Formats: sequence, structure tokens, C-alpha cells
Amino acid sequence: MNVQSPNSFRMGPDEEGQFGIFGGRFVAETLMPNILELDEAYKKAKRDPEFLSELEYLNKHYTGRPSPLYFAERLTEHLGGAKVYFKRDELNHTGSHKINNCLGQILLAKRMGKTRIIAETGAGQHGVASATVAARFGYPCMVYMGAKDVHRQSPNVFRMKLLGAEIESVTAGAGTLKDAMNEALRDWVTNVEDTYYLIGTAAGPHPYPELVRDFQSVIGKECREQIQEAEGRLPDMLIASVGGGSNAIGLFHPFLDDDSVQIVGVEAGGKGLEGDEHCASLTAGRPGVLHGNRTYLLQDAEGQIEEGASISAGLDYPGIGPEHSWLKDTGRVDYVPIMDTEALEAFQLLCRLEGIIPALEPSHALAEVVKRAPTMDKDQIIVMNLCGRGDKDVHTVAEALGIEI
Amino acid sequence: MTQRMTNRFAKLAEENRPAFVTYFMGGDPNFETSVEIMKGLPQAGADVIELGMPFSDPMADGPSIQAAGLRALKQGQNLPRTFDMVRAFREDDQDTPIVLMGYYNPIYQYGSEKFLDDAKEAGVDGMIIVDLPPEMDAELCIPALSRDLNFIRLATPTTDEKRLPKVLSNTSGFVYYVSINGITGAAAPKPDEVAKSVAHIKAKTDIPICVGFGVRTAEQAAAIGRAADGVVVGSAIVSTVADSLKDDKPTKNTVSDTLKLVASIAEGVRTARH
Repeated sequence: MNVQSPNSFRMGPDEEGQFGIFGGRFVAETLMPNILELDEAYKKAKRDPEFLSELEYLNKHYTGRPSPLYFAERLTEHLGGAKVYFKRDELNHTGSHKINNCLGQILLAKRMGKTRIIAETGAGQHGVASATVAARFGYPCMVYMGAKDVHRQSPNVFRMKLLGAEIESVTAGAGTLKDAMNEALRDWVTNVEDTYYLIGTAAGPHPYPELVRDFQSVIGKECREQIQEAEGRLPDMLIASVGGGSNAIGLFHPFLDDDSVQIVGVEAGGKGLEGDEHCASLTAGRPGVLHGNRTYLLQDAEGQIEEGASISAGLDYPGIGPEHSWLKDTGRVDYVPIMDTEALEAFQLLCRLEGIIPALEPSHALAEVVKRAPTMDKDQIIVMNLCGRGDKDVHTVAEALGIEI
Repeated sequence: MTQRMTNRFAKLAEENRPAFVTYFMGGDPNFETSVEIMKGLPQAGADVIELGMPFSDPMADGPSIQAAGLRALKQGQNLPRTFDMVRAFREDDQDTPIVLMGYYNPIYQYGSEKFLDDAKEAGVDGMIIVDLPPEMDAELCIPALSRDLNFIRLATPTTDEKRLPKVLSNTSGFVYYVSINGITGAAAPKPDEVAKSVAHIKAKTDIPICVGFGVRTAEQAAAIGRAADGVVVGSAIVSTVADSLKDDKPTKNTVSDTLKLVASIAEGVRTARH
């Protein structure tokens, strides 16, 4: 699909909540008043210095921002090409970028007078971050998680319980992130008056894609300053993994209008795009409507949604944030798939070369770095978003490698 | 409003009784059986038929309708077959309005314009598309109205004073008042509150108001039908189909059990105002 290039890539969404044809508000009437109320609340909050300074305070003193921009010296040497930097959001409190969004949204929930938090989670990182902010602000929290993910991310399940959240294991469908999101939406429709739905990625009905992006953009804003300080210029390339796409849009958005910066999003190629065991909605899907927005989806010829598959629970979603769909169609961002096996290799490489155990989600981005860096000049710069740490994944990795622990 | 829909509500008003609107899932438990159920509905007392179009991710539906949709999809139900069902029904019945109910994505993939043309040709009167609120009217609602097809909107307890005019604009056929905040087949609505809400909406429109979500028995239907222009029953019908199955396959009781339930609730609807 060819779409005319806009003057700026940073102006969306429009009044209707759309990025080109993507996004929108495809929800049941019961939810519409709530979504409009959220839109109003967010419009006010983002212009309110008090809201912004409270968020900044929490980002700094609770999360530990700014996260470092780290020059991966040994990896760079090993790959023999471009200089590789990591934006280390895995060092955040709770171990991933998810907390950036959760803090912003919990402050919104508070302003809106809601008394109960619900969330969906795939890898459990967003569930943990939601449970964390709910504990911090004294809200009851219900986390919907696919049964398959409850099994493969059991350490995170226990963490959420420790934080006082209730976990609802969802057995409908294939028991992954998509099904968890369906159940969370059903809860919301039922408890719409008092409940705040804390969506974990830059997807869903407007204004979620916009506000999640804005809360995550702290990653890209810090990164711009840090790379200027370290190198005196902008990077040549940004690389991030995309499941729903929140860490990626957070890094990318502040750079979208910098023509010199090439941007690459990495999807989960699973066991390969020829079969149906992957999650590459942008590379192998087509536009459709699910979970409140129009976006690229994995679906059959008749519009029934297909289950994704990936070794990484966090990328296991058949859709993608609508802004990414638009960035793909405008050609501003390249989206490429990485296979499970490639991600696993990259995971191990980083453990040994840099002493960092990455989550399986950014391991996909890392595998793309491993491919690209050697083809680039030594004075070129890649920044990759190392958006989560891998403690939660050690069981999955051991199983994939055939090791019993 | 299509002629069939206008005529049906006019006739019911004359008889001073509410409409009995029955929802069932097309293609559940298989194509042939669900055609048989559909053909039997008017005789069992249905005044308007809502024909469910299955979707893999029905976000506003409870467990019974979710399961029914999955059974139907497994049997190969899709939009062409949905239209086939309507055509088969129209062979014997030219008067009962048919409303398609489902989610937008299968329609979007089929092509919105083609969907509307084919629906019209098959003998459909209107549609309820759960995930198309007024904000998204350009997608399907406006093109449907231009073909003289009804676009039936949901109003809910969260639809406040400010929003109601927006919900009512471009609504035609009837307004589907969702009696509870929640998913289909959930808690039963309170008749008093429903009556109040219906009166409130009636003050703003001449379009008939049908009430659904959580109505399962003849007694509930009678209580709701006192104030509303119509009573919608869905999950109870779909559950009866499910209960009659063996290993997801129809038994000799599937059609008869389902129509018996419909007839018993119809009795409640008919006595609502006596």
C-alpha cells in the first residue's frame, strides 16, 4: 500500500483518532462514553504542569530514569561494524519499559476518580508493572493473562501475586495475549463505571495508542540527548522489537522527522513466515479491525483472527499498534521478521559478551543488530532499545535449548 | 426503515404487544440445522430474527455466544453462507424482518459495499454491528442507510443525556437498548430501571425500543415487555442449542428443544401487557 508522505510524521493521530486509515474507535457503545472521558482527561492532563511534574518525579525517583545509554563495546568489536548502543530500559524498576506507561496511566486513573485497575498481559511484564503501580497507589488490580502465558511466565505470575494483584488465567482461544485482551474488554464492559483499563501497549481504541506512545516517548527523548552527549550527533539507525509496539514507538517517535535516522522495527518471525507459527502482523498480515482499532492483523481470508506464535510471550499478538501500521505504509519505518532461533542465539550472545541477560523480546531486536551492524561502517551508530531484562525467560530458554534446570 | 420492519412494528402496535426478537447463531451447530431452526422461529413466536454472524473474537459476548460462534466457524460458517440462510428463509417467509448481528472485521474483509449489496439482495432488513459506534458511521452505517437497510444502534446504561442524540441519529429500524453494562448472557436486568430508561429514550425518538442482554425466561420477558416495544432473547436460545448437542453435533432434540424454548418465552412476551 502506498501512502503519500506527510510533512511531519509526528502529528498523528487526527481528531478521529486515526493515523491515516489506521486507529479509530471500534468499540461497543457501552465503552464509548468512557473512552471519550479518557480522551478529555488526557487532553487536560498533558497540558497540566502538576500532572507532568508528578509523572517526572515518579519516573526519576520510582523508576530510576533516565535509563542509561550504554555503548556495547565488546558486542561492537565482535560484530566488526557500526557502533552499538543500548538504551537500557531493562534497568527500570520492574525490569522493562512497561512501567513508563503504567505510571502515566495510573495518574490518569486517579484524576478520573476510578477505583479499580484491570490490565492484560502477555509476557507478564505489563502485568507486573500494572500490579506495581496499583500497589503504589492503593488500587485493587485484576490482571488477565492467557493460560499458556501463565505457564511459560510463571515467575512473573508470582511477582504479580506478591504485589497484591489478582490473576485471571484465560483459557479461551489459544490462551495468549489476544484472548487476555478480549477478557479484559469484557470485564471493562461489565464494570465500566468504576474501572480503569490500563492497556499495556500502543494499541486499542483512541486515545490509548496516543497516550501510551506519549508516556513511552520518554525513551526516545532521553536517547536524543544522551547520544548527542556521547557522540555529538544523532544515530544512523534505531532498532526495536515490536509486539504491540510500545517500546518501539517510544524510541522511534522523537526521531521520526529526522531523515538521517533509519528506523527498523523487528517482528516475531516465530518458526518462519511460510507457516502459521509467527507473529509478523506487519510483514505477513493485512489491515483489519480488532480490539478497538484498525491495524495490520494476522487473519484468515474471511477476517477471522488467527493466533500468533512466538517463543516470546510479549510478542505473541496477532495485531500491532495502529501508528506502526501507518509508519509501515508511509515507508518511514522498515519492519522485518526475526525467527525464534535467531533470537535465541542473540540472547546467548549478549549474556556472554556483555554480561546482560536480555528478555526474549529485545533479543529479536538484537538479532537484527547482529545482522545489520557488520554491514555498516565503523563510524556509524546503531541504538537498540534493550527494553526488558531476561530473568523471566530463563525457563523458556532452558527448555528451548533442551536443558533441565 | 425497510418496509418489512415498518410493517412488523406497525402490526404489533396495533395488537398492543411488544415484539419478540430472537437471536441465534448462524451455522451453529451446522448449516442445515440452523436453517431449520431459523425457519421454525416465526411459527414459535418470533417477530424479528437476529441472525448471528460468528467472529473469532467477540469482545462483547459472554461464554455461550462465544462458544456458539466457534462451533459455527468450525463448521465453515461465513458471510456467503449467512446470505444463503437468509435466501432459504425467504423462500417461505416474506414478512419477518431479519437483522444480521456481529462484528465489523469479517464485513470489512468481505468489502463493506459488497456486504450491503449482497445482504439487500438476499432479503436482509438491517444489521447490528457491535463495534461500530456512531463515531465510525462512515464505515458502514451511512452506506447501509443509502441502500434503505436499517442500521440498528445499541444504547446502554452508560449512554448519557449528552450522548443519546448522537446514538439516535442515523439509527433506524429499532433501538437496541442494552439493559445492563456487561456482556451477553450476564446478570438479569431490573425491570423498573429498564422501564425508566426506555421511557427516557422514548421521549427523544419515535423509533421502537427493544431491550436485551440478560433476558432468559418468559417471566423476565413479560416484565421487560411491559415498557419496551420489543424484547430480545439471545444467550438463552444459544444455550438451549448447546445443551441439546452431543459432541458438538446436533441430536434429534436440537431443533425441537430450541423452538420449544422460543415458544415458551413468546408466551411471556404476548402476555406482557395483559
